[in-house]
Amino acid sequence: MHQEAAIREPLILGEKTYGEITDDVMASVVGKANKSWWIAIGIASVMALWGIGCILYLLGTGVGTWGLNKTVGWAWDITNFVWWVGIGHAGTLISAVLLLFRQKWRMAINRSAEAMTIFAVMMAAVWPGIHMGRIWLAYFVFPLPNQFGSLWVNFNSPLLWDVFAISTYFSVSLVFWYIGLIPDFATIRDKVTHAVPKKVYGLLSFGWTGNAKAWNRFEEISLVLAGLATPLVFSVHSIVSMDFATSVIPGWHTTIFPPYFVSGAVFSGFAMVQTLLIIMRKVMNLENYITIKHIEYMNIVIIVTGSIVGVAYLTELFISWYSGVEYEAYAFINRATGPYWWSYWAMMTCNVISPQVFWFKKLRTNITFTFFMSIIVNIGMWFERFVIIVTSLHRDYLPSSWTMFHPTFVDIGCFIGTIGIFFVLFLLFARFFPVLPLNELKTILKSSGEQYKKNTDH
Amino acid sequence: MSNNKKYWKGVEELNDTPDFQLKKNNEFNEYLPAEDFLGDEGLLSNSNTSRRDFLKYLGFGVTAASLAACETPVNKVIPYVVKTDKTNPGVANYFATHYYDGFDYCDIVVKTREGRPIKIEGNKKSPYTQGAINARVNSSVLSLYDEKRFKAPQIDGEEVSWSKFNGELKGKLTEAITNGGKVRFLTNSITSPSTLRMVADLVAAHPEADIKHVNYDAVSFSSILEANESSFGKRAIPSFQMHKAKVIVGIGADFLNNYPSSLELTKQYALGRNPENKWMSKHYQVESSLSLTGSNADSRIPVKPSEQSKVVLALYNNVASMTGGETLSKVSTPFDERVKKIAADLVKNAGESLVLSGSTDVNTQILINAINNQLGNYGKTLDINVTDNTKKAVDSEVISLIKEMKTGSVDFLVISDVNPSYSLPSELSFDEALAKVKTAVVFASRPNATTASTKYIAAAPHYLESWNDANPKTGHYSIMQPTITPLFDTMQFQDCILNWMGSDLSYYKYIKQTWEKTAFGMQTKSSMFEDFWNNCLHEGYFRPSISNESVVTTFNGDLNAAASAAAKTNSGEWELEFYTKVGIGDGSQSHNPWLQELPDPISKMTWDNYVAMNPSDAREQGFATEYGEQKNADTINITINGVEYKEVPVIAQPGQAKGALSVALGYGQTIGKQNEIIGFNFYSAMNGMNASTSSVSFEATGNDYQVATTQTHQTVMGRDSVVRESDWNTFKNGSKDDFNPAHMLATHEGPMNVNDVDLWASHPVAAAGHHWGMSIDLNSCIGCGSCVTSCNSENNVPVVGKDEVRRSREMHWIRIDRYFSSAEEKLDESDRSYGAMELPEDNPMVVHQPMMCQHCNHAPCETVCPVAATTHSNEGLNQMTYNRCIGTRYCANNCPYKVRRFNWFSYQNYDKFADLNPAQDDLGRMVLNPDVTVRARGVMEKCSMCVQRIQTGKLDAKKEGRSVIDGEIETACSSACPTNAITFGDLNDKSSKVLERSKNDRAYRVIEEVGTQANVYYQIKVRNTENNLA
Repeated sequence: MHQEAAIREPLILGEKTYGEITDDVMASVVGKANKSWWIAIGIASVMALWGIGCILYLLGTGVGTWGLNKTVGWAWDITNFVWWVGIGHAGTLISAVLLLFRQKWRMAINRSAEAMTIFAVMMAAVWPGIHMGRIWLAYFVFPLPNQFGSLWVNFNSPLLWDVFAISTYFSVSLVFWYIGLIPDFATIRDKVTHAVPKKVYGLLSFGWTGNAKAWNRFEEISLVLAGLATPLVFSVHSIVSMDFATSVIPGWHTTIFPPYFVSGAVFSGFAMVQTLLIIMRKVMNLENYITIKHIEYMNIVIIVTGSIVGVAYLTELFISWYSGVEYEAYAFINRATGPYWWSYWAMMTCNVISPQVFWFKKLRTNITFTFFMSIIVNIGMWFERFVIIVTSLHRDYLPSSWTMFHPTFVDIGCFIGTIGIFFVLFLLFARFFPVLPLNELKTILKSSGEQYKKNTDH
Repeated sequence: MSNNKKYWKGVEELNDTPDFQLKKNNEFNEYLPAEDFLGDEGLLSNSNTSRRDFLKYLGFGVTAASLAACETPVNKVIPYVVKTDKTNPGVANYFATHYYDGFDYCDIVVKTREGRPIKIEGNKKSPYTQGAINARVNSSVLSLYDEKRFKAPQIDGEEVSWSKFNGELKGKLTEAITNGGKVRFLTNSITSPSTLRMVADLVAAHPEADIKHVNYDAVSFSSILEANESSFGKRAIPSFQMHKAKVIVGIGADFLNNYPSSLELTKQYALGRNPENKWMSKHYQVESSLSLTGSNADSRIPVKPSEQSKVVLALYNNVASMTGGETLSKVSTPFDERVKKIAADLVKNAGESLVLSGSTDVNTQILINAINNQLGNYGKTLDINVTDNTKKAVDSEVISLIKEMKTGSVDFLVISDVNPSYSLPSELSFDEALAKVKTAVVFASRPNATTASTKYIAAAPHYLESWNDANPKTGHYSIMQPTITPLFDTMQFQDCILNWMGSDLSYYKYIKQTWEKTAFGMQTKSSMFEDFWNNCLHEGYFRPSISNESVVTTFNGDLNAAASAAAKTNSGEWELEFYTKVGIGDGSQSHNPWLQELPDPISKMTWDNYVAMNPSDAREQGFATEYGEQKNADTINITINGVEYKEVPVIAQPGQAKGALSVALGYGQTIGKQNEIIGFNFYSAMNGMNASTSSVSFEATGNDYQVATTQTHQTVMGRDSVVRESDWNTFKNGSKDDFNPAHMLATHEGPMNVNDVDLWASHPVAAAGHHWGMSIDLNSCIGCGSCVTSCNSENNVPVVGKDEVRRSREMHWIRIDRYFSSAEEKLDESDRSYGAMELPEDNPMVVHQPMMCQHCNHAPCETVCPVAATTHSNEGLNQMTYNRCIGTRYCANNCPYKVRRFNWFSYQNYDKFADLNPAQDDLGRMVLNPDVTVRARGVMEKCSMCVQRIQTGKLDAKKEGRSVIDGEIETACSSACPTNAITFGDLNDKSSKVLERSKNDRAYRVIEEVGTQANVYYQIKVRNTENNLA
């Protein structure tokens, strides 16, 4: 059992009982959806459908419906891919790394952070798929035995590493998330009365009995999966960064990329968790579980990773000058002063300068401000990927080929579409899944005789 | 032995029970009501469906069902019952012929596959054009497969048969002749001895009639013809020996693009520009707009059009005073000092210099003649006895014909190969004159402005379907032979004339007759005419072994009159010059999408013409100076000689003289399958046929216009590894380190050559077998774009249209990067201020750099492809496997040369390209090279170094049991290059030219420090900047 000093502020406020925790979490599952949920999912569905329409048009007509050109072969597509993968980093970091470090506060946020991870990785996976010229041959990237003789995939290609990295990350995250859900599904199964949900949750809970043996195994598998997932947290974005780092394009060809990308990913992931949870705690009355303390902790992570990212930006700039490489130097001068200067400065402002305000405790414990900042960071991180991809490509070695990138409505539509699909999935999750790990939460509930007495006095 | 054994079908039969017997007689075990039904006559006759009907229904039903289920199979059968001799499927045949459209003349070789012409190359054996070819000529094969061609003769817009057409016209002609009426032929300059003979025959046969042939060239060199008539008493254009000229001065003369025998001049020019020779020519260019020729000059003076004649006069005066000739009335220009230096240079190289002018002013041309005469260049660098015959049109004759037509006295007019309604100035009101001609017949291959208002339209064949001959230059004859049976019901001009003359000869027979009578007698090699003829047909040309006596001509002319006229040219605040573009030329092929998509060598603009203006002028006027992609050009309403054009885009063109505007001719016609008109027809604004005018005014409209360029950044940003250049002195007197230093990397072991620092194992191709490589001489490349269209044609490169070019998605496998010198150059290595380096100078130096896949031995594209669709061959080629490509575009991103092209759409299916891409209709598809895959949507493509040609060359060598001979295999670009700037070959062949060139002191590889180990080498550009003018 978890032991904590009595004077330490509890992680769960509101002097909850075990039963209340169950009721609070299950409120959304058993209750009726409120109006704001319907409005939210309505908007998200429209965005999703618009995006799906754009994607179908893209697939039917050709990649030319995007604004790419002979020089800029990747733009919003891979920007969005990296952005979504980055967002998908926080969940596993929270559930796996913080589990290993025995950070109990993670319990209030890990379920939804992991859900966000799963959905974000799904959205990320859309992009490498639809950016292909011939998506119907996407299976060529798998090392499948075939009749073509020695035809095999190219293990030198970072894009192939991506395939393995992302799919591994996705499957491990999914399993980890699902294992955590099983006891909670079982609780719901036991609580709901209607036959159909009972049946469905029964199936989802895999016949969980809740006996000591099951809990024992649950704890063990969680630890094993956490051990598996932890290196993945670092490997995925390292490998994504190698798409750029192993190339010869000035602005891409940078050894600093793996750590820089990983911290950037954690940075954006936490920002997205903030965005989602600040709304969710309010709408679903979970203020007692997701407290100011959680928000403050996450803001501290944001300030640390944001500063790492800032150091990386400055290092890049320094090295571009120090290397004495003409193209490298120009690539960075061009980023800051060229035609895409606004994206560079948007990135710098949003990612490096603005998170520094979290040094002030007053600001990092202010919910409204945190929400605003989380949006800023999300925008900044999108621009970071845009800057890396587009401003490096659009002016590389031969000035004759320098071009600009102009997005089309399909570029915009596809991006908005993935945001829409993501929110549809997340809203469905919030409605039908236990958004907090209610059984795990009970392990960190501070209970004392005082409180028991208080409760029974009524 | 007989067999009595009995077999039973069952125990019942053996027992033979009564029950069995009953059943045995009854065929069907159960009761069938058939008898009841069929036996009852009444019932049967009452039934609606008889048995026959039933069978009918059944048959119909089955047929209908099967018809609905299957698509009608499309059967295309090639009737090959008797195989044509030497036509083997998969094996190409080559035919020598020539191209001549009044604008370009070129001896060519046509490649045919399975009987259809698919590629045009220069005839390397021809002593005249020496294999040189330009973009207009090598793109002309596409015009053969033009959907919009006339498919039969038309009378009043109705297609009729040739017998009816010819019958009617023969009657009209006879009527005109017997009435002693006026019969006129209006054609482009005719160099064909047979056609000239035919016209002469017709005139001779009917002395009673007034029959006359008028030559008309849309872009005429009438001024040179007339000037020579005045100076030498000979209406002719001299031939040139530019390779002997150490100093070349071009004054408004775009002699590499638009000049009599420009292909021959291009060859000669390149010969004199080789820095590895003892001397390299010095080229001065004085011109108003930056021409292809001017972009290659060592020293260039931009002047207004009206100043050109003054410069010529000043040049004459300087040359005359230095050589002791008579000087003429003085005229002062802002360029006197420079002109003096040019004159001094010319005089120093008297007899080894050449001065050319493209002026349409006769007096200026007389002065040019006088300068060349004063320098003693006649007989050395130019020869008036050996003439160029491709430009014969004299403007005054055309104008008097129009006057004649306007009086209504012309009874019969034949127009062939020209489009006067389009290309004559509107002030001459040709259409009005044409309406007054009693019978006018137009020979044209596709609808144009002239056919629009003519009753009789004769569907003319393409030149690849025609017979003809030519005498483009004194002592050079060639034959045009058909390479395919006419695709449509067409008849050529000469065949019709023969028919109308009542001759039963075909033109082919007539040509043979001509040759038998004339050419055959000019040689002694063959004793049989058929041998001689077949030999000429095979070689494509004939040079008489018996030459004409040379006539010594003396110069005489009234120079004072010329001088005073030249000094008096009108000037204005704004002056305008008409020029022709490299792609479109005089506009006779402006419907050809390959040429429309060929970027202009200077502005890199496609699909449009525009008003070019100096960037400083443009800034002063408040016009945009950057354009392309989403940056639009501003438009103006411009009035030229009283003709107003609305919403014409203005382009800031570095190199343009201040105060001078220029507009390209040849536009304003419909293109490809489209009905849309592209660009503006500036022919209509010409005053007479003068190439310049000072009567021009314009006003900004405040609107803008979308333009499509293939290059939006104009300068090289001081990147010495991309383009390397030096000057003649440094090159001649310095060492390699001075003009082409190796890239050194700072390592812990001290500086090392970049090629010695490598993480990779060296590629095995260097050791054994072939190792294909290429070498490109930046000094020889003039930027003409011939390689680009040649590559399009060889490799089935799709046409994507203006909108896609605006999106920077042109598909060209080879491009010519054009860099202007910057307004501010980099000071030294540590200079990191890029400031004005992005802006080109107002009068820049120009570099043309052909760029295609560099076939890197350590190719960045190969490592990043996830599916190994792009790999290295064991012969050093970087190859694309289209089937395997999934289209991630990673390779294109990682290509430092940005030469990879992605199929953004299905260009051969998607309806956006229906009007543009020839591969979208059955006829246009015939031009596709069957050896090269047409790439699918979503696939990456790029230069393959013409791997299909390499394979053919290797196979040919293998069949003959030998190794590949150096020079035997040529890529489409190297064979099309008129200056031999591109050399292809085997780097493993110790004696190959490409190896030698890759090792010489001028050789470097583009951005070598990236470590790609490219197989394409470049030779640095050397400028002869000695004595250059500030």
